Amino acid sequence: MLVNQFLLLGAVLFAIGVYGVIARKNAVLVLMSIELILNSVNINLLAFALRNGGDATGHTFALYIIAVAAAEVGVGLALVILVYRNRRSIALDELSEMKG
Amino acid sequence: MIASAAPGWFLEHAYLIPLIPAIAFVAIIAFGKRIPAVQVGRYTVPGGGSLIGIASMLGSLALSAGAAIQWIQSSHGHSYTAPIRKSWVWWQSGGIEIGLGQQIDGLSVMALLLVAFISTLVQIYSLEYLKGDRRYTHFFAALTLFSSGMLVMVLAENMVQLILGWELMGLCSFMLIGHWWEDPANSRASLKAFFTVRTGDIGLLVGTAIVGLSAQKWINANGLQDQYSGFSIEGISRWALAGDSQYKSVLTWGAVALFIAAIGKSGQFPLHTWLPDAMAGPTPVSSLLHSSTMVVAGVFLVARIYPVFFEGLRILDTDVNFIAVIGGITIIVAALLAFVQTDIKKVLAYSTVSQLGYMMMGLGVGAWTPAVFHIWTHAFFKCCLFLCAGSVAHSGSHHSFDMKKDMGGLARKMPVTFVCWVISSMALAGVPFFAGWYSKDEIIDIAGANQYWVFFGIGLAGAFLTTAYMTRATYLTFFGKPRGAAAGIHESDHGDAHASHDAHDTHGAHDAHDAHDDHGAHAGPHESPWLIKGPLVILATLAIVAGLINAPAFKIFKFEEWVEPKAEPVALVAEHSAEGDGTKATEESHSEGAARSVLVAAGGESSGEGEATGVGEAKGEEEHAGYPNGRIDEGHLTGECGTPGFVPASEEACYAPGILHHKFEWIKALPAFVLVVLGFVLSAGFCVLFYERKHRRLVGLTERNVLARAGYKFLWNKYYLDHLYENVIVRGIAHPLARAMYWVNQNVLDGIVNGAGRTGRKVGEITYKVVDQGIVDGVVNGSGAAARGTGTALRPTQSGKVSQYGALLFAAAALAALILVLVNS
Repeated sequence: MLVNQFLLLGAVLFAIGVYGVIARKNAVLVLMSIELILNSVNINLLAFALRNGGDATGHTFALYIIAVAAAEVGVGLALVILVYRNRRSIALDELSEMKG
Repeated sequence: MIASAAPGWFLEHAYLIPLIPAIAFVAIIAFGKRIPAVQVGRYTVPGGGSLIGIASMLGSLALSAGAAIQWIQSSHGHSYTAPIRKSWVWWQSGGIEIGLGQQIDGLSVMALLLVAFISTLVQIYSLEYLKGDRRYTHFFAALTLFSSGMLVMVLAENMVQLILGWELMGLCSFMLIGHWWEDPANSRASLKAFFTVRTGDIGLLVGTAIVGLSAQKWINANGLQDQYSGFSIEGISRWALAGDSQYKSVLTWGAVALFIAAIGKSGQFPLHTWLPDAMAGPTPVSSLLHSSTMVVAGVFLVARIYPVFFEGLRILDTDVNFIAVIGGITIIVAALLAFVQTDIKKVLAYSTVSQLGYMMMGLGVGAWTPAVFHIWTHAFFKCCLFLCAGSVAHSGSHHSFDMKKDMGGLARKMPVTFVCWVISSMALAGVPFFAGWYSKDEIIDIAGANQYWVFFGIGLAGAFLTTAYMTRATYLTFFGKPRGAAAGIHESDHGDAHASHDAHDTHGAHDAHDAHDDHGAHAGPHESPWLIKGPLVILATLAIVAGLINAPAFKIFKFEEWVEPKAEPVALVAEHSAEGDGTKATEESHSEGAARSVLVAAGGESSGEGEATGVGEAKGEEEHAGYPNGRIDEGHLTGECGTPGFVPASEEACYAPGILHHKFEWIKALPAFVLVVLGFVLSAGFCVLFYERKHRRLVGLTERNVLARAGYKFLWNKYYLDHLYENVIVRGIAHPLARAMYWVNQNVLDGIVNGAGRTGRKVGEITYKVVDQGIVDGVVNGSGAAARGTGTALRPTQSGKVSQYGALLFAAAALAALILVLVNS
């Protein structure tokens, strides 16, 4: 099957996601990049499930990740909204209170 | 004979119909805003991508029309015509394949044509209605995707594809109802619509899983997996009709879950509350939502896999079907609510709910064909009514929908709108020879003929109420003295009409501070331009003639012939072997004329022609007792499908239970007609006395009379259902839960923590003296110094910059992965 292509797609998505997380300043865009990373993992799982002859295990894990990702976005967006309320900005480079 | 050989290009490629608007959606989103309006002579060609939307809908319409013509050519009267099925694998999981494809039969062809047609007209109407809207492009994109969603659902080959279309519509309705989301009321309405429908959608997911997996099991057991997937419409229908006792309770629960979805989407009784709030969207949206898409989806679902509901929802094995009960309640509940509304669109919204109740009731009492026919006729006149309301608001009442405050006396100012409105109202009320009459009257008639006297009564009462509230709305809008905006008075506060002002803020040059002054240019109520009048006139014409394709009064049964699924079991492998027998019998029974109500069984070796054309009433009674179809007084059901305990042979399949028709008689149409007239006279009389002459005994009745006040308040508060949902259920669950959690937190968790703390302190005190001071301190001080040293060294990494953290994280992960690879290789 075309497993290689799926894996390549996953890798490309993962790389784009990593780039987004590191390079973007907008918190919402960073959240979106994280979604990309999670979904690239999903693609990997599904690709291997396909190689193993339509095995449902990979699908189950993918669904699990989707559910976790939804929860993660919920928490992430709540954080972003709170940050926005407090600082009127969601630019990440201005958030350096965590400096040790 | 069977036309499966060459059904025609349009039928083969019906999957293109939803694909065109879907592509157009992408195009509008991508390029819409860059397309400028072009001036050609006197006319302005609108930009913003709206023309892409209209072109795509016209394309869909052309393809649907082609499909309809070819379907009509290839369908053979009352014998079975094979649906044109196509499927491409979409995904597979655990041995189950889910496809995307098409299932083209009479029902889907009818719905495709209807949806494409109504969508086209609504988009043309929107050109004028939404001119200058701030989210013009967005609006057309969402509208196009919305139509695409409905088209996907309509021709879905399996339940999963149906869910895809269903959810697309849910999403788009959210976007469109909240189109003017700057107003909190609108965004609240769109959220409410979304969540209420979602409540039902859980039923759809659960029901599909239950039904699909059971059907798959049954199909595997019967060795049919090469022909059907368990999730396909045909597979499910066949499974439900097989009447395998092993699956009886599964079927019931699956049907219940699916019906919850239908209730949510079609605004049936307990979940109807979202529908009137959905009026917050622009009028073309309401019109599209309430005529041929969205709310019809629930009814369509029931009609599509009718066997599941027909078999699964019979209450305790009696012949009363739960669908009919819900439909019946909805008819009355919604019709009564329409009386106390002051917003013209809300009157229409409740009227839609009530009409959907008719469709559900029809499906419940075994009147499949009239119920589906009611979808068809209802779409035209209800769409027309909404567009009329929009036209009134657009040009007559200064964007207000309040009948009591801003309308009245518009009949002379807006003659075209008025005439269209009256024609559609009459069709809605079921005045003879208008479209609504043919369908609604047949539903009531079959309810009576199948001896569901309660539902028969409800149907008649509904007809009465419909006429009465439409008369009230017509009177308030078009007659009497002009009030408010209709009289040219522009108040500074229009309440919920503000939203529509936003839409028109490029109308003149006016801006946010006071938009109302500039509307002086409007100079009072006037007739709408042709882009609005055109669709109105077309729809009003159809409100008269659309019913003629199935008019029992004139012995026209075209719709029945084209759309109705055939009841007889059909041979799957050798389609031709079983046919000759059946067609012959059909022709015979038809040539007799009187035997209209006979559906003929074909193929089954046990069903002789003697039974097909015979009169054996008593036999029919006995055999089919407990089935709506069996209880008839003239003719009887002969299709074997849908009779108890009938299992088709393995190479045959049932697609639908037998559907019974009754002979039309003028005398049977009389009670409904009398009630319609009565409703009109009473309501018109009341309106004149109450609103015009301000009759002493009627005005203020609700303040003086306790009973009237209680009733009015009860209706005004919509049976307190919203109150129940928001304040009782949501709060009732959320608050005690929160309180319980707090209690657990305070008493249990804190108790444990405090207890642990106290014990810890005791132990700590002892340890402090013995161990700590002596041994540990030395170590600690040493490690402290070490930690401070490393801390200072590592401090630069804790820069507080999130992206740097991310980079470190991924670098570490990459390093770990590298090590893993090196170690493993």
